[in-house]
Amino acid sequence: MSGLARAVRVLAVGWVLQLKILAVSAFDGILNIVYPLFFATCALLMFRQNGDPQTLVYAGLGAAVMGTWSAMATSASGALQGQRWQGTLELLVTAPTRVALAVLPITAALATVALYSLVATLIWGRVLFGIEVAIVSPVGFAVALLVTLVSLATFGFLLSVTVVRYRTGWALGNLLEYPGWLLCGFLVPLDLFPEWVRWIARALPPTWGMDAIRAAAAGRDPWFDTAVCAGLGIGYAALGAFLSERLIDSARRHATLALT
Amino acid sequence: MTGRHEVGARQGGIPAARRGGIRAAWRVLTVGGVISFRGLFNWLNPYIYVPTMLVSPIFQILLFVYIGRSAGVGSDSFYLIGNAVQYASIPCLFAMANTIAGERWMQTLGIVLSTPANRVALFIGRSLPVIANGWFVATFSLFAGARVLGVDLPVSAWPGIALTIAIASASCTGLGLLQAALALRVRSTAVLSNVVFGVLLVFTGTNVALDTVPEWMASAGRLMPLTHAIEACREIVAGASLSAVAPLLLREAGLGAVFAVLGLAALRWVEAQSRRHATLELQ
Repeated sequence: MSGLARAVRVLAVGWVLQLKILAVSAFDGILNIVYPLFFATCALLMFRQNGDPQTLVYAGLGAAVMGTWSAMATSASGALQGQRWQGTLELLVTAPTRVALAVLPITAALATVALYSLVATLIWGRVLFGIEVAIVSPVGFAVALLVTLVSLATFGFLLSVTVVRYRTGWALGNLLEYPGWLLCGFLVPLDLFPEWVRWIARALPPTWGMDAIRAAAAGRDPWFDTAVCAGLGIGYAALGAFLSERLIDSARRHATLALT
Repeated sequence: MTGRHEVGARQGGIPAARRGGIRAAWRVLTVGGVISFRGLFNWLNPYIYVPTMLVSPIFQILLFVYIGRSAGVGSDSFYLIGNAVQYASIPCLFAMANTIAGERWMQTLGIVLSTPANRVALFIGRSLPVIANGWFVATFSLFAGARVLGVDLPVSAWPGIALTIAIASASCTGLGLLQAALALRVRSTAVLSNVVFGVLLVFTGTNVALDTVPEWMASAGRLMPLTHAIEACREIVAGASLSAVAPLLLREAGLGAVFAVLGLAALRWVEAQSRRHATLELQ
């Protein structure tokens, strides 16, 4: 088996395994779908007061994608700590493959849960608020959504390895949830923020992904935003792979992998 | 706590045994409450406390202020007050659930529940530091949020605000007691606390005034902690006197008391059930 085929196999098998684990996890599985619904409900109730059906559609789509960030920021930050609690972090790190290939399936599985969250929120908005999100360009929409989720997975991967030596990484993840919801353009247009805040927002893949999804739904050209989102995702994956080797190697060298 | 030599002695008309019982309950309530709060609420770790209790509420406030601006509804002050007061539910709900889940995690739940300690003193004692912490978190959020957003909260309003938030925290901790009872049977207390937090966010008028939501939602909201406190706090900031909002505060305190009594009763019943079915240690 070639190196590439082995890598793909590790990613695929790891993704299925992690997805099975998440499927029975009340916190990382079910809550990641339910929790954003409360915030989406609040936001939709607020936008409904406005009385403009178009802004409600804008909010419906944004609220749906909002949950994807939630699944990633909170859970990915605590992903390696979770492995530590279960006593499997050392096994993961000493597996005869690159650390990135062992960790990326965790965040890829979280991104898959995020897709569930998105669909659940779209159905929620349709049933409770009567929001019909018309998708003019289904292909562009599907590609934009897929690229957004993959970019989120790589961003989550970077996040998870960055906090490997931070015992309370989950608290950092919780902290990132609101800023992500605020900055990625899910419910608040970026032009409401000062310029320096917009620069931060533009460094986050979901900002571009959200723009691409909206563009595809409205029938505009989504490809530039999709490409930027993909580029950022690849960049974060490369940075994550680079850091994962160094940070985890450093943790092994200083005997701080277990942290307990 | 009662020495053998004290049994039968009387002082001031109170039997010594009963006096010893009261002293023991007082110690369980005060010393036990503080020790258990420090031991079980691991969020006191600054690496958790600062991001979760001091920074996150500011971002929750900013999120809804900006959504409000984006939707063109409400005012900054409306969302600031609603979210700051509602955030008291995070420390109150999570800490109360931890009084059970934390003991279970430490494998001390059986030991605690096999002591002859007065259960009311035990759980009320654990509630008091939680109320104080909830008050601090919500007050800090309101103060810091107002500074960030440039919302003017009159100095004269602060005593009323402080009292309202104290009642809100106590009321929410009452609900937390009921949740602690559920924690005896529910394994994922973090999920439970998050869901209750979400329900409070939607139903208590935090971000959407109750007169703009369907009647069943408004009715449900009026039966929940925080709803009346949030309304009272908004009125105080708008210039109302304490006496003007007294009915709201009384309703809030009354609801909190009802939840606390329900919680204590539920704790007693679920504890007995858990002993009978050997389900104390769920993990």
